[in-house]
Amino acid sequence: MTLYSKAAIDEVRTRQGEWEARELDAALRSRPEEKERFATESGIPLKRIYTAADVADIPASDLGFPGAYPFTRGAYPTMYRGRPWTIRQVAGFGNPEATNQRYKYMIQTGQTGLSTDFDLPTLLGLDSDDPMSFGEVGRCGVAIDTIEDVDRLFDGIDLEKISVSLTINPSAWVVYSMFVAVAEQRGCDFTKLSGTLQADPLKEYVAQKEWIYPVRPAVRLLRDLIMYSAKATPRINPISLSGYHLSDVGGNAIQEIAFIMAFTIAYCDEVIEAGMNIDDFAPRLSFFFISHQDFFEQICKFRAARRVYAKLMAERFNAKKPESMRLRVHVQTAAMSLTKIEYQNNLMRTAIQALGAVLGGCQSMHTNGLDEAFAIPTEEAMKLAIRTQQIIRDEINVTSVIDPLGGSYFVERLTKDMEDEIWKVLHEVDERGGAIKLVEEGWFQQKLADSAYETFRKIDSGEKISVGVNRYVDESSSAADADIHPYDDDCTQLQIDRLNDVRSRRDNALVTRLLDELAEQALSDKTNLLPKTIELVKARATLGEICSRLRDVWGSYDEPLIV
Amino acid sequence: MKSAQTDVIRVLVAKLGLDGHDRGAKVVARVLRDAGMEVIYSGLYKTPAQVVTAAIQEDVDVIGVSLLSGSHVPLFRELGRNLREQKAEHIFVVAGGVIPERDYPALLESGVDVVVPQEARAEVIISAIRDLVTARGRK
Repeated sequence: MTLYSKAAIDEVRTRQGEWEARELDAALRSRPEEKERFATESGIPLKRIYTAADVADIPASDLGFPGAYPFTRGAYPTMYRGRPWTIRQVAGFGNPEATNQRYKYMIQTGQTGLSTDFDLPTLLGLDSDDPMSFGEVGRCGVAIDTIEDVDRLFDGIDLEKISVSLTINPSAWVVYSMFVAVAEQRGCDFTKLSGTLQADPLKEYVAQKEWIYPVRPAVRLLRDLIMYSAKATPRINPISLSGYHLSDVGGNAIQEIAFIMAFTIAYCDEVIEAGMNIDDFAPRLSFFFISHQDFFEQICKFRAARRVYAKLMAERFNAKKPESMRLRVHVQTAAMSLTKIEYQNNLMRTAIQALGAVLGGCQSMHTNGLDEAFAIPTEEAMKLAIRTQQIIRDEINVTSVIDPLGGSYFVERLTKDMEDEIWKVLHEVDERGGAIKLVEEGWFQQKLADSAYETFRKIDSGEKISVGVNRYVDESSSAADADIHPYDDDCTQLQIDRLNDVRSRRDNALVTRLLDELAEQALSDKTNLLPKTIELVKARATLGEICSRLRDVWGSYDEPLIV
Repeated sequence: MKSAQTDVIRVLVAKLGLDGHDRGAKVVARVLRDAGMEVIYSGLYKTPAQVVTAAIQEDVDVIGVSLLSGSHVPLFRELGRNLREQKAEHIFVVAGGVIPERDYPALLESGVDVVVPQEARAEVIISAIRDLVTARGRK
């Protein structure tokens, strides 16, 4: 069943023909349009006007209703009427105490969920005293070496009450182990712990570029994490499939969704292969998308992604539970769109992108600080970012009606066009042998590098406008620096002192024995590595010791050099 | 030092430390290649010593480093120290990425020749490198 009757469509087509011959033709004669071709950022051609005739082929069942298959119109039946999206600003810098203090400030400002950025050594499985950690400790995230750091990070914060998102990837299974061990120490009820780990390895190899091991062991660690978490901490999302980073390295909206769905398929295959039923883990798969500049394309992207995911789960994986087919998404506004020149303009950019995410139906959101083109945001910048979300939520009445743009001829057509493009890419990935193989071959990496270059050329030629940068340039406004979040130079030494202290206090023979046992378990992919890792972190093994022991087993990763 | 049969500028586009943001480095590599330069890309996770060794081995005129991790001050200091230690101060250093202007002086002091601003157009990047190599003569 389509949305409109054939008679209605025929009528519209006839009227449109008449309008084109009369009004439009006259207008084009007196004033030609500014461009010959209008298109979305990802290259989907845009018509001048959309009518019922443009949605004539879309089945009414493709729209459906919010909270029901195929979830095009929203993840939940009441959406923001029942529960507003979570304001979840990511924070992380310096020692755990510094980040803890920022959390408390943000909770007081009205933030409703926590989110942690880790420093590069922690992400890459290195201790703060590793020579490769030079200059990086606590720099672009918080430094974590042992379970005691995780305890300090969440000091005074009730883990049963506030959901905690951990932006951690290659070393995610270790940080998760520390998190649950801390929760256990505090006597928390594990069924009340809620939050999300990012833990999306394939997107690391193609986009964010943080890795420790070759691709397949990294996917195995994720598999272990998904399977362990499903039983032990049923309200924690063990993965956030992150299209955001695919966009951040240059991917367009189609690539963002298509590639992340290809990765979703690969992960589901792994877990199912290990013997778990799709409905026992799919409800806890979560997503992380960007809200970028092309306003309508972004809104349609969220709608198309929900529909593609629902169909994938139902048709490819035979999921039965609706929760397995419901795509829930955290959104961050586009860091790539921020400029240093006239950086105050970033407030407007971010507010519009945030509105797009809300009209697209996000479940939680991080709005970028206006100073993020310089450094990690200051407290003041974070407050403005939180206020941006509060203004959208509480002042402009966009939350009363679910999917308010649904039914717009244009929005439905573009949603469908994007969905079709996404399926095309997914078929190509299948034909070429699947996501894991293509990651190893650098196929995704090449596509993303090509898109990044194309975007750069468009900005460079002025075809893509950046206000204040390549259009309306005000020479006098180019030099101003924002206030910058300061870096604590004592941070590294404190982490190193603490590492030495922990190593002198613990039972080193026990740690050595447990590390040997972990290495033994890692030789085959039959055993889930989480229980042993949890024992290790409780015995005060450091993150670096655990990660490096498995590097001895699995080796490290050599990137295919693609420019 | 240089084989001198060619005036083609050779550039090592490098990533230092643990910063995985390679979008800009790869775009710049292509921009320079399109401008007729010979470009070598280091790949990720290189120490300052590794980058200097590679630059000497590849006999480049310029090392272009892109950094977005905030660790630029200590890492460029190390890079400068390694250039001096390995007697490779004839190689120019161009810095780019997310670098606040207040850090420019520290970088220039460490041996960086030019800091290219984040929003620089292709021609700005290209001419910054050409000017270094040609106008001041090869170091």
